[in-house]
Amino acid sequence: MSETRHPHPSEVTPESIYVNRRTFIKRASLAGIGGSLVAGGVWARQKNAPRVEGAFDDDLTPWETVTGYNNFYEFGTGKSDPKKNAQDFRTDPWAVEVTGEVREKRTFPLEELIDGLTIEERIYRMRCVEGWSMVIPWNGFMLKDLIERLGPTEDANYIEFTTLLDRQQMPGQNSPILPWPYVEALRMDEAMHPLTILATGVYGKDLPPQNGAPIRLVVPWKYGFKGAKSIVKIRFTKRQPRTTWNEAIPREYGFYANVNPDVDHPRWSQATERRLGEFFRRDTLMFNGYGEVASLYEGMDLRKYY
Amino acid sequence: MPRAVPMAPRAKRRDRIPAFKSLVWMASLAPVAVLADRIFLFGQFTGGAFVDDPVELIQHWTGMAAMIFLFLTLSITPLRRLTGINTSQRFRRLLGLFSFFYASLHVFSYFIFDQRMQLGPIAEDVLERNWILVGFLAWILLIPLAVTSTGGWIRRLGGKRWNRLHRLIYPAAVLIVLHFIWQTKVLEMEPLIYAGILVVLLAGRWWVRRRT
Repeated sequence: MSETRHPHPSEVTPESIYVNRRTFIKRASLAGIGGSLVAGGVWARQKNAPRVEGAFDDDLTPWETVTGYNNFYEFGTGKSDPKKNAQDFRTDPWAVEVTGEVREKRTFPLEELIDGLTIEERIYRMRCVEGWSMVIPWNGFMLKDLIERLGPTEDANYIEFTTLLDRQQMPGQNSPILPWPYVEALRMDEAMHPLTILATGVYGKDLPPQNGAPIRLVVPWKYGFKGAKSIVKIRFTKRQPRTTWNEAIPREYGFYANVNPDVDHPRWSQATERRLGEFFRRDTLMFNGYGEVASLYEGMDLRKYY
Repeated sequence: MPRAVPMAPRAKRRDRIPAFKSLVWMASLAPVAVLADRIFLFGQFTGGAFVDDPVELIQHWTGMAAMIFLFLTLSITPLRRLTGINTSQRFRRLLGLFSFFYASLHVFSYFIFDQRMQLGPIAEDVLERNWILVGFLAWILLIPLAVTSTGGWIRRLGGKRWNRLHRLIYPAAVLIVLHFIWQTKVLEMEPLIYAGILVVLLAGRWWVRRRT
């Protein structure tokens, strides 16, 4: 995987430098350091901070946070556990089994599976069901391109993704907190939406293991847990597959898991979120701000299909 | 420079108390200094890692500090009974006020950062979620104790009534520990350790009272 090239528009400045500078400016201005106690001064400084093209109006979450604050229970339940426990994770060689309602039913070496697909940068908001969020510059390709190449049959209504099961490399799988291996799935029209990508990189580099290397799902209008990591199996199905969190706690986690400020988690409100690194919570946006997907759910009661 | 008038031994002893008091002040404010360094100066002086979620750090530290200072306040009297040292009594009020200080930072960081001072969502959250409710009640109980901590209030209320009022520290301590236990998703060890410490502190008092 190391030969995969992830072009990045900000290659001129290493991201750790500009992101840290920006974080510092933000925090310093909040503290009033540097004589910018006047509110106008504070906002002027934030406005002058460098921004990345295509990032809406949002600043990128620093590399340290994107790769150091992770929910990946296969490597432990603490936010810093995945980075700690995933460093020796082997992602090369990697194979992905394609099965179910599909023409090309076999196991592909990863290089072959994604060969020739266009890898682009996508800057997406990521909203965790727990109430925090990030802005992440992924590198990946549209899932739809892969699906078209694989050729699902007419009966393929859903697509299911399975994470590697390896109790030696993934120590978290030794505790029964979730039914392993981790499985997530999408309806076919969700999978074919141009916003849905499979990511192989972040910040212009190969995915670090704690972020789901070597290949993971990213669906920006859904809660983060829908994004299956370290995928070893893609299955096309006729009926709605069972998915891990939904199976574990169905009352709290639905199959759709669309970001929705109006439908609370039973134990907490989903109306607001904390963008990591920021002090004040901000309002959570319907479909995480990706309103273009609304037509996929027309006529559905989103309180029932949460 | 030698002093012209040698101090009486009694005066000398008294002089050490302000010095010790400023030490206690410095130690009590240390959590604020560490937090400021971690968040604003990237841990330059205290060595911590990059802080992903500063508000979470603030809330954890201020909550822990409020609880620990409350426990310290509760341990002053037993300490005097065990050792006979009387000066420690002077710091009880200081420690109690620091507990209230950190509890207030904790509560206001929730009001300001999490709820953006919107009263509706605050009321809803406090009433709907038990673990927030007990924490909020604990803070409410500490307010009259902080207000009446001055000598003037002790005189105004009279020692007996003042003592009775300040027994509110016991339910406040219990609620704080409950708040700590409840806020974790699964039952964790650390809150239970603090619950154990509180049980020892309270049981010790009860035992002493029964003997006297």
